[in-house]
Amino acid sequence: METPNLNYIKELSGGDLAFEESILSVLKKEFPEECLLFKKNIHAKNYEESANNVHKIKHKISILGMSKSLKIASAFENELRKGETKLNSDFLKILDKIHVYLGC
Amino acid sequence: MNCIIIDDDATARLIIRQLCNNSKQITVIEEFESAIDAIKYLNSNNIDIVFLDIHMPSFSGFDFIQTLKSPPKIVLTTSDKNFALQAFEYECVVDYLVKPIIKERFEKSIHKLLSFEESKIAGKDNLSKEESNFIYVSVDRRLIKINIPDIYFVEAKGDYISIKTAQKNYIVHSTLKKIEEKLPSSLFIRVHRSFVINISEIVDIEDNSVVIQKSVIPISRSNKGELMKRLNLL
Repeated sequence: METPNLNYIKELSGGDLAFEESILSVLKKEFPEECLLFKKNIHAKNYEESANNVHKIKHKISILGMSKSLKIASAFENELRKGETKLNSDFLKILDKIHVYLGC
Repeated sequence: MNCIIIDDDATARLIIRQLCNNSKQITVIEEFESAIDAIKYLNSNNIDIVFLDIHMPSFSGFDFIQTLKSPPKIVLTTSDKNFALQAFEYECVVDYLVKPIIKERFEKSIHKLLSFEESKIAGKDNLSKEESNFIYVSVDRRLIKINIPDIYFVEAKGDYISIKTAQKNYIVHSTLKKIEEKLPSSLFIRVHRSFVINISEIVDIEDNSVVIQKSVIPISRSNKGELMKRLNLL
């Protein structure tokens, strides 16, 4: 599986370290909260809300330069809106990878 | 240009702010997590551009656009490509940016917004020039179109004004002050409390009077200095 990276953030920052720090701090704060909410909703079979959670997490996946994972997340979001959960385990692996990378 | 950012995702707001800071042609005035709060803000503030997320809980970007009576220019920002067709059904939507937004694509969007703004200004200029060529006056319950450069002079006559043109003399119920506001100051000047004249029609000036066509018009002492300044004196 691809590894998260900061290429996009660094390109955007153009050396602005304050921006890099603040975006990483927001990622570290929001990502665990959003993951928790997703797990809670999918456990409760609230698939529409789970899809909304995936939608929000998907942006963070893209910021971390994980283009293949982004495709999986998009497909999973669509799946959830149809009430299906086949890609759940793949998605959870992506979340784990990001958790480790961000150290949160 | 000034803008606001509406996105429920803090990382997205940070990124758009950074992109705006990089561009230097656009200033972020405010950020909103909820579209409803932004509506309240827009009701009392004049904003050029809104960077608007489509997918937001309870009140979407499209709900937001439909709520506004006269929306500013909107750049939609979304993680989905699927809304593009729907997005451009709204006249106010200028661009559609797919997240993660890359620098080059954002700059292209800013360029688009700037050209949009310039063409709007140019359109307004052309319109005002066209408008300034004519004046409409009410005569016997009819609106008569008068070509402004054809006006020789305007004379106050009690509650009326007399507009002397190359073709005709029009008597209109109005004041000299009102018509003076409508005439281009580059061409017309007040020379007396009862007269506004077309500078380009002056034949000669003698002491305290000016001749336009065959009419002799008085110049008041207080207005003479300004008139002399405006003439192309040798």
